[in-house]
Amino acid sequence: MSETASAVASTTTAVEPLLAASGINKSFGPVHVLHDVDFKVFPGTVTALIGDNGAGKSTLIKCIAGIYGMDTGSLRFDGDDVHIASPRDAAELGIKVVYQDLALCDNLDIVQNMFLGREIVRRGMLDEHAMEMAARETLASLSVRTVKSVRQPVSSLSGGQRQTVAIAKAVLGKSKLVVLDEPTAALGVAQTEQVLELVRRLAASGVGVVLISHNMNDVLEVADRVCAMYLGRVAADIPTGTGVKRETLVELITSGRSGSHGLVEGRIV
Amino acid sequence: MTITGDTPPDAGNEPVSVSQALSDFSLDDQQNSLSDVVRASVTRLKSGDLGSVPAVLAIIVLVAIFGLSRPDSFLSLLNLANFLDQASSVIVIAMAVTFVLLLGDIDLSAGFTAGVSAAVLATRLQDGWPLATSLLAAFGVALILGLFTGFMVAKVGIPSFVVTLANVLLFQGILLLIVRDGGSVRIDNDFINNVVGGTLSPAQSWIVAVVGLGLYGLSQFRRQRLSYGAVPMSLVAIRLGVGVVLVGVVTALLNQNRAFASAPQPITGMPIVIPAIAILVVVLSFVLDRLRYGRFLYAVGGNREAARRAGINVQWVEWSAFVCAALVAAIGGIFLASRVNSVDSNTGANDTLLLAVGAAVIGGTSLFGGRGRMINAVLGGLVLALIPNGLGLIGKTDLFGWEVDFSSSGVKFICSGLALLVASSVDALSRKRTA
Repeated sequence: MSETASAVASTTTAVEPLLAASGINKSFGPVHVLHDVDFKVFPGTVTALIGDNGAGKSTLIKCIAGIYGMDTGSLRFDGDDVHIASPRDAAELGIKVVYQDLALCDNLDIVQNMFLGREIVRRGMLDEHAMEMAARETLASLSVRTVKSVRQPVSSLSGGQRQTVAIAKAVLGKSKLVVLDEPTAALGVAQTEQVLELVRRLAASGVGVVLISHNMNDVLEVADRVCAMYLGRVAADIPTGTGVKRETLVELITSGRSGSHGLVEGRIV
Repeated sequence: MTITGDTPPDAGNEPVSVSQALSDFSLDDQQNSLSDVVRASVTRLKSGDLGSVPAVLAIIVLVAIFGLSRPDSFLSLLNLANFLDQASSVIVIAMAVTFVLLLGDIDLSAGFTAGVSAAVLATRLQDGWPLATSLLAAFGVALILGLFTGFMVAKVGIPSFVVTLANVLLFQGILLLIVRDGGSVRIDNDFINNVVGGTLSPAQSWIVAVVGLGLYGLSQFRRQRLSYGAVPMSLVAIRLGVGVVLVGVVTALLNQNRAFASAPQPITGMPIVIPAIAILVVVLSFVLDRLRYGRFLYAVGGNREAARRAGINVQWVEWSAFVCAALVAAIGGIFLASRVNSVDSNTGANDTLLLAVGAAVIGGTSLFGGRGRMINAVLGGLVLALIPNGLGLIGKTDLFGWEVDFSSSGVKFICSGLALLVASSVDALSRKRTA
C-alpha cells in the first residue's frame, strides 16, 4: 500500500495540482487568522492538514468550501481560476466537505441520506429504485462491505459505518476534492482502520483528499503529503515518502519548526 | 477490488461492476422467506421501533374487553357504524397534526382551525353561497391561518408550542365572532351533512370494497416486484387474504339493517366516512412517502442541520407544514360540522385537539419529530374513540364492591389521559433505546 502511495505521490507531483490556493489572508475583525497561506492538493493523493487548535485549519477549509470569503488570495481548481462565493459554488465544482458531526439524519436509511437534497425524481415521484442502485454502486466502488443493507436506518449503524456513509454521500455524484474533518476522532481501532482504508481507496480512485487530523499515526499511515499549520501560517508542506517521523510532525505542530523544516520568523525555509 | 481508474467514481454512469455491488448487499436481494421477514420485524421491534404495533394491540384488547362485558350493545352493528362516525373527525385532525409532529413541532390550534373553517363554510352556505364557493372560502381561510402560524414559527422563530397556544385564543375568538356568542349555524346542505352519518347503498358499498381491495392488491404486488424477493410472495398473500376477509366481513355486516326494531326505516350500507378517510390516508401517505416534499419533512424532523446542509430550505418546509396541517384540519372541520349538521362556538373546542394529537402519538407518531405515518392517526384515533364509546356502554357497574359509573365524563377523561400517557411513554422510551 505504501509503495503504491508513494508511486502515486511521485507521479502526481509533476502534474498540475487539483487545488492550488495561494496567498490566502483572512481576518475576523482584529484577529488575523490566515497569513499568506499557500495550499495545494494533487489528484489521487491524500494531503493531511495538521496543526494545533486555532492554527487555522478549519478557517482554511471553510474558505475553500465557500463558507467564509477570503480577504486576499486566489484559488485555482482543476486548471481554472475560480471564485468560490458559497458552499453551492464549491459543491458545483466538485468540492465536498465531510464535517465532524457528519450531518446524517438518524431516522432515514442509507440511501435516503446519501441522496438527501438531490433525490432522483421520475414523473414527479421519488425513484427509490434508481437511488438504491446508485447508492449501492457508490458504496461498492469504495469497496464498502461492512454495511449489510442500504435500507438500514442510519440510527442502527456503528460510528465507522456512519463515517462511511457520510464519505459515500460526499463521493456520490461528481466529486473531485473531498475534505474529511477528523474522520477517525470518535472511532475505535478497528473502525479507524476501516475508515483509513476507505480514505486510501478514495484517493486511488482519483479524488483529491484532504484529511484534517490530530492523530499523527493516521497521518503517517495514509497521507502522501503533510501540510502543517502554525499560528495561521503554513509551517511546512512536505511529502511523507521522505522518511518524515512522528516527532517531526509533532514539533511542527507545537513550535512551527523541526530540524530543516518549518518557519523562521514567519517564513518557510 | 479497488477501482484503479483515474476518474472519480460517478454514481450515475460509470460502469462499476454492478454484480459486485449486489453481492456486497446480499440482504437487499436475498429471497426472504416468511420467517425471515417475521424475524426482521421482531428485531426491529426489539430495537425500539414499535411503530403502530401498540395501537393495534390496544384496539384488539379494547374490543375484547368491551365486547365481552357488553356483547349486545358494544358489538351491535349500529354501534360499529356509530363508533366510526365518532372517530372520524379526530382521525382527520390527527392526520393534519402529523405534518407538524413530523418536524418535531406541535399544533395546539388545529382543532380551532377546523372550527373556524367549519364556521366559514356554514355561514357561507347559510348566506346562500353555492357549495363549491363555500368550500373554497373555508379552505381559503384555513390557508390564511396556516400561513400565519407557519410565518410565526418558521420566519419569526417563536416555538410552535407558544404560537399555537396563542392561536387557541386567537382562533377561538375568530370562531366566536363568526358564529356570534352562543349562536349556532345550521347546515342544510345534504352533501356536507352526509360526510359523517351518511351511508352508501349496499351495492355502492361492495363497489367501494372491491375497488379498494383491488388497489391495495396492486400496490402490494408492485412493492413485491420492486423488492426483488426481499418481500416474499407469501407475505403479500397473507396481507391480501387478511384484507379481503376483513373488508368483506365488515362490508357484509354494514350492509345488514342496523336500525332499532322500532325505527321508521332501515339503515344499511357502509358509512361514507370509511371511503372518505381511506382516500385521505392514501393521498396524504403518497405525499409523505413518494414525493420529495415528504422526504424533506422527515429529514428536517430527523436532523434540521443535516437537512439545511443538504440544501433543503428548512424554513420553507416548516412554514409549508403548518399550511398543510391547516388545510387538512379544514377537512376535519367539515367532518366535525357534518356530524351534528351545525357549527357553534364549541366546534373543534374542548378536547378535540388533545384527542387529535393523542391519536397521532398513540398510533406511533413521535412527538420528537422524524417518525410517523398517516395510518398511525387512523389507528390511534380508533383507540381514542373506542375508549369513551365502550366505557359509555358499560355504564354503572359493580367493580370489586365499588359502584363505578364508567359512562361518566370523569372516568372517560381519566382513561383517555392514561392511554395518551402510556403512548408517549412508549415513544420516549423507544427513542431512548434507539438513540
